[in-house]
Amino acid sequence: MYPTDCRYTKEHEWIKMDGAIGTIGITDYAQHELGDVVFVELPQVGAKIEAGQPFGTVESVKAVSEIYSPVSGEVAETNSVLGNEPEKINQDPHGAAWLVKIKLSNLTEVNSLMDAAAYQAYIAEKQKETSA
Amino acid sequence: MTTPATTELRKTALNATHRRLGAKMVDFGGWDMPVEYTGILAEHRAVRTAAGLFDVSHMGEIVVHGPGAFELIQKVTCNNVEKLAVGQAHYSGLMTELGTFVDDLLVHKMSDTHFYLCVNASNQDKDCAHIVRHNTTGARVENASDYYTQIAIQGPKALGVLQRFTQVPLASINYYHFTHGLVNGVECLIARTGYTGEDGFEIYFAPEHSDKMWFALLASGEPDGLIPCGLGARNTLRLEAGMCLYGHEIDETTTVWEANLGWICKMDKGDFLGRAPLAKQKEEGVKRVLVGFEMTDKLIARDGCPVLHDGEKVGHVTSGSPAPFLGKNIGMAYVPGSLCAVGTQLQIGIRNHQAAARIVPLPFYKRPK
Repeated sequence: MYPTDCRYTKEHEWIKMDGAIGTIGITDYAQHELGDVVFVELPQVGAKIEAGQPFGTVESVKAVSEIYSPVSGEVAETNSVLGNEPEKINQDPHGAAWLVKIKLSNLTEVNSLMDAAAYQAYIAEKQKETSA
Repeated sequence: MTTPATTELRKTALNATHRRLGAKMVDFGGWDMPVEYTGILAEHRAVRTAAGLFDVSHMGEIVVHGPGAFELIQKVTCNNVEKLAVGQAHYSGLMTELGTFVDDLLVHKMSDTHFYLCVNASNQDKDCAHIVRHNTTGARVENASDYYTQIAIQGPKALGVLQRFTQVPLASINYYHFTHGLVNGVECLIARTGYTGEDGFEIYFAPEHSDKMWFALLASGEPDGLIPCGLGARNTLRLEAGMCLYGHEIDETTTVWEANLGWICKMDKGDFLGRAPLAKQKEEGVKRVLVGFEMTDKLIARDGCPVLHDGEKVGHVTSGSPAPFLGKNIGMAYVPGSLCAVGTQLQIGIRNHQAAARIVPLPFYKRPK
């Protein structure tokens, strides 16, 4: 179910590349763990972000979750729809509810991230732990 | 309220059922409990507009009985048990010698010599030990938690759904009263109490009947809009209703006067644990007071966020959350007495922001009569 044209992080973000621009969002697993999303805080266009560092926040009724950037670069665009409709993250996390588009400063960073199969195996392991 | 990883989580009799039904489970003060079923927003809305079903069997039940029971309860709690009729319950505080909270609890008067206490899950062992330590009257004190499943059915449709399973005329049970009777063929203590700000009932019965009771109520209530709910919605519901949660608004450092709970503290009932320090604090006045606030910025205050006034830290948020039914972000906080007036502008430190908030009257939500 996880798109094969994306790469994934252990913190449950996805990134989809188009030239030097990477679109970033959180995974279906992440939205499910969070529950009803009610607020999203994103960086300004032009902000510099660094791989592995938090760049925004997604809040559900119960929890605050920081979003970690899979890559380094500059914010080219943010998803303005999420300001008024944060619940889109629950409904379409891999599509309409993308968070930011980043102009990558180092295109090879993407290669170290998990592909869909590796991510799926990673969360299957996590789910086994919690249902034990 | 974290539990070492080596400790086995405690489970209610409905644990396997919650898992089978797909509830999201969390470690809640050492208990493996459902935090949500369909989602906190939907569950919260169901309780305000229809009904919700909660497994609250993690709550502790302590039985105090024998000729010395009345005197012992009168000594360790701050409310006046003398005012309770048989079949009546009240909200109270279990007091330290300092007049602070060992716990908050419901005291049910079963008879002149028999009291049934409902206490917080993670405090039950501490509470029981505390009561035993102060037992100079020869009363029998027993932690009876393992003998009871507790299910809460809450919301405007709760009475109608529950009535299908019992001959007891539920409408004749007044708020904060209880009776005994058969529900779905099972002997229950049926109390018109709750922690949601809605009408509803809490029923206590032997754990072996848990699954049968749970599924019967769920199936019957489904056409009425009743859904199973987790502790996530229970928390947002109680916060909207302005109710305190132990470990947040009250603990062993806070008093009834600070927490706006003066109405459960009866100074004229005679001596009780902590009465002298409470009398002193009442005379001198409190340094901090619990208030309710709503955010005027769009940010969400969370437990532990600092509260600022003119840039200076003056307190902290005890509970902060979106209020799903009100459509606002709300919270409770301790602030200095000089800053507790309704309308006072405060700032809440949220990440790197100072977000604007305003003190509002409590409760945030009151159900329509």
